[in-house]
Amino acid sequence: MSKKQDKTQKAVIADLALDFSSGFIYEPAPESSSHVKLEKQYELFIDGKWVAPIDKKYFDTTSPATEQVISRIAEASAADVDKAVKAARNAYENVWSKISAKERGKYLFRIARIIQEKAREFAVIETMEGGKPIRESRDIDVPLAANHFFYYAGWADKLEYAFPGKKANSIGVAGQIIPWNFPLLMAAWKIAPALAAGNTVVLKPAETTSLTALKLAEVFQEAGLPNGVVNIVTGAGATGAAIVNHPDVNKIAFTGSTDVGKIIQKAIAGTNKKLTLELGGKAANIIFEDAAIDQAVEGIVNGIFFNQGHVCCAGSRLFVQEGVADKVIKKLKDRMKSLIVGDPMDKNTDIGAINSKEQLKKINDYLKIGVNEGAEIFQPACTFPKKGYFCAPTLFLHTSQSHRIVQEEIFGPVLAIQTFRTVEEVLEKANNTPYGLSAGVWTDKGSKIFNMTTKLKAGVVWANTYNKFDPASPFGGYKESGMGREGGLHGLLPYLSLS
Amino acid sequence: MTTTLKSYDPRFTPPVDQVSVEERCARFTTRSIKKSTKVNGLKLAMSMIDLTTLEGKDSEGKVRQLCYKAMHPHDAMPGVPQVAAVCVYPTMVKVAKKALKGSSINVAAVATAFPSGMAPLQVKLDDTHYAVDEGADEIDMVISRGKFLQGEYNFVFDEIAAVKEACGKAHLKVILETGELSTLDNVRKASDLAILAGADFIKTSTGKIQPAATMPVTLVMLEAIRDYYYATGKMIGMKPAGGIATSKLALHYLVMVNETLGAQWLNPDWFRFGASKLANDILMQLMKEQTGNYQSLNYFSND
Amino acid sequence: MAATKTTTKPSTNGTAVNAETATKNERLAVLKTYKIYINGQFPRTESGRYYTIKLSNKEQVNVCLSSRKDFRNSVSAAREAQEKWAGKTAYNRSQILYRIAEMLETRSAQFTEELVNQGATAAAAKEEISIAVDRLIYYAGWCDKFNQVFSSVNHVSSSHFNFSSLEPTGVVAAIADQNSRLLGLVSIIAPVIASGNTIIGLASTQFPLSAITFAEVLNTSDLPAGVVNILTGEASELLAPFTTHMDVNAVYLNTDNQQEKVTAETNAALNVKRVKVEASLDWTLPKNEDPYRILDYTEVKTTWHPIGI
Repeated sequence: MSKKQDKTQKAVIADLALDFSSGFIYEPAPESSSHVKLEKQYELFIDGKWVAPIDKKYFDTTSPATEQVISRIAEASAADVDKAVKAARNAYENVWSKISAKERGKYLFRIARIIQEKAREFAVIETMEGGKPIRESRDIDVPLAANHFFYYAGWADKLEYAFPGKKANSIGVAGQIIPWNFPLLMAAWKIAPALAAGNTVVLKPAETTSLTALKLAEVFQEAGLPNGVVNIVTGAGATGAAIVNHPDVNKIAFTGSTDVGKIIQKAIAGTNKKLTLELGGKAANIIFEDAAIDQAVEGIVNGIFFNQGHVCCAGSRLFVQEGVADKVIKKLKDRMKSLIVGDPMDKNTDIGAINSKEQLKKINDYLKIGVNEGAEIFQPACTFPKKGYFCAPTLFLHTSQSHRIVQEEIFGPVLAIQTFRTVEEVLEKANNTPYGLSAGVWTDKGSKIFNMTTKLKAGVVWANTYNKFDPASPFGGYKESGMGREGGLHGLLPYLSLS
Repeated sequence: MTTTLKSYDPRFTPPVDQVSVEERCARFTTRSIKKSTKVNGLKLAMSMIDLTTLEGKDSEGKVRQLCYKAMHPHDAMPGVPQVAAVCVYPTMVKVAKKALKGSSINVAAVATAFPSGMAPLQVKLDDTHYAVDEGADEIDMVISRGKFLQGEYNFVFDEIAAVKEACGKAHLKVILETGELSTLDNVRKASDLAILAGADFIKTSTGKIQPAATMPVTLVMLEAIRDYYYATGKMIGMKPAGGIATSKLALHYLVMVNETLGAQWLNPDWFRFGASKLANDILMQLMKEQTGNYQSLNYFSND
Repeated sequence: MAATKTTTKPSTNGTAVNAETATKNERLAVLKTYKIYINGQFPRTESGRYYTIKLSNKEQVNVCLSSRKDFRNSVSAAREAQEKWAGKTAYNRSQILYRIAEMLETRSAQFTEELVNQGATAAAAKEEISIAVDRLIYYAGWCDKFNQVFSSVNHVSSSHFNFSSLEPTGVVAAIADQNSRLLGLVSIIAPVIASGNTIIGLASTQFPLSAITFAEVLNTSDLPAGVVNILTGEASELLAPFTTHMDVNAVYLNTDNQQEKVTAETNAALNVKRVKVEASLDWTLPKNEDPYRILDYTEVKTTWHPIGI
């Protein structure tokens, strides 16, 4: 092709546009919430009973989509946490460690089955309180949560096979603190292996998303789980600190920001408490020239816009090989135009509400930073609902490793795009971060995949796919993305003491 | 890539990942299409149908009855659009043309030794010429799948180009017979090849074997069309055929076109359904939307 | 015939007496026909033959005397079903096994009565059923885990990614412990199908009834047709077809008879079937459930792929 044809060729690509706005407009398809049973006020769940907090303090939980108050949640003080730990200790010493492993497993199977029976109710509440689209709660969060209980139920009486040459013993009381991005799923990730391994639990859900953990407590009651085996203490940072600092907790499991993770690690120094941390990330998602390009674009979208980007393993740094960069970016922009941002309860919504006002401010601050740093911003035209916290899916083009928006975790639907030329270059850049949770590699060439996956310093590497989770598959990070694994056989280790 | 290419180079075709394609298709089916979106979608789908009869036992009477149905889907319910075309064997084209006179419904003829395509080129061209002379507005040809699977892409390319020439003013739809191509990579290759060789429309299937049209092959073909549009500015049409018997499925396909190619393709000029049972299912759904009651086939004509 | 009032009450599962006649105020029980279970259906044996079981209350039941043709049909069904069963996710298989446990638990009363009618004490019957339920759950829990324990990534000395994982061997023919009324059969079926195999099981000749009632449990558990097939009949007659069929991949034989062992192992050589023979044992013991019973019916698949650019 001549230089002139080449230019015309590029111009043709640049000018042509597809119309994604006037074709098929989907009418609102709201999921009904009439089926759902919610209390006006929730107490703490301690020793199998609903107990008022000692100081009688409560806080509101609101919908990030409508800004309406949904319910009042109890705020657990240090004294309440102490009660919960005592209940957990008592249950551990006198009941849970005495029940046969087989029977322990059967409780977990029951819990899994009941969650499946109540799937719709859980999905609606998760969406109402957290802001994620109902389609995601319904199709991913709830089934996966049930699956986690079902999977770990099966391990309870098989621990002798998990770690050759060692006897697997439970640890005692586990203190668990979970985030707001996958409230029910994170509760399942924490509670299921802990119980399967024979421990008892004191768990604190995130303060903006307490409800599905509390509904889970109702499931525990329905399943006949002995009192005190799982205790739910709702509250904010102070409640979490009380759990971390409590002397009779044997193990701490935390999922959340790297900053808080470091605080916790420091707090338990010298105490002999076991610790697992699942922290932040800034994953590299790498597209090679020989990738299945259309599917890679879908992978990019799944990687950063799924769950509003509130995913620790989000593919937030896109590396696209320079030869296909224009093509990929154009397809990506097209794809973004068909993403629907809106009411999380609408079955057609792809990107729901940002979890809180605070988080939205954080994201918007980063958008300003990115623009000020000179990155080119792209957002498709979106109409947001009148109330609620929303953010359009966003691209930042022409970025580099030195941009703040490329280095720092934004935890929103914001993708920073860089080009690269060779395998060595992209490996270096992908690993050039204090984080190491996940990474994505897109290429049709098998040997290149294994080369990349061997050298990427990340705990989860997705090849030709992204954001795939399974209870059988271990998840966790390198470096400042945390330590320890959740899921799979390796996910048992944090909850056992091997002798 | 330009439109004056004399042959097809498979190196220009990107790889396709099947698992990912299937996941994307599953997402399309989670779109909730309700109320006015549903009614408009159903009517749009109706207007996109190529009402088809391709049986050895087709007769003039049968074809006439089908044509009447094409023009009068359900007179009891006003506002229902007519179908886009009637699709028949070449020997039935004249009958169909006469029966459809006065309407804007096209006559499409299958040709080129449909459905197997196992005949020498001259026979296929004669078949095409005959259909065109009889008055066909559109020709649905089949590619030589055996040659394609042997890797003789130039043979297949030349064949399509020759049939395109024989079509004259008639539009050419190229049937890839995706059910025999086995992989999505092959579907993409065949799509790129057919488009370059002169297809006006690319079509999934003859409807004579299983599997016929599926969402994954359709998505791959739509993406081939999109890439071609971006490279040249030229639009190519798409037709999934066979196996789309329910309104629900037809609406999934429309969602797929909507989110892959956008509004420009959402009309019968650029997208068709090769179907027969679908029409009545759409009518039942439209009636249900109107009355609120689930319907029975007893109330809709079976032509 | 004078109307007689009997002292035995008609049993709830229909195995009531054929010798009993209804009096004016009593209701005549409807007797159950014990048919075999092939491809998700309950046909009679194509041979039309039967043998008789006498229950502990002197009642009599006719049971299918299965033929080699029944076995042949079962193998076809099992082969047909195998690829799809193995193609399900491990999670799906574990849910189905769990469902079988649910269905069995729900029918404890029926099984207890049936086991007692076949000579068990009530206590032993209850224990056998509880263990059968729990054992099904045990193996349900292994479906998506045994590969985690027994597979490996192998660090070979060339630049290759090399991994070994276990795959199901295919169709398994099993002759269950003749001395067990239920648990001997369940303890073989569960680990075999957990990994994706399909199975044809021959029940104990002297205690066939609960095997058939178990087939009813299977039939209501979302288990696809053909995955488990259950025949009743004579082990001595069926040993040859079970061990010579060229489309069977593995054989399980529970026998104390050395000659039968030799026959089975000799016949298996025809197409290199994998063979496991063990003697009658106490299936209630915990040591008789373990993942190695799953391993017995798997093959190790090792794959290499270059690591490079």
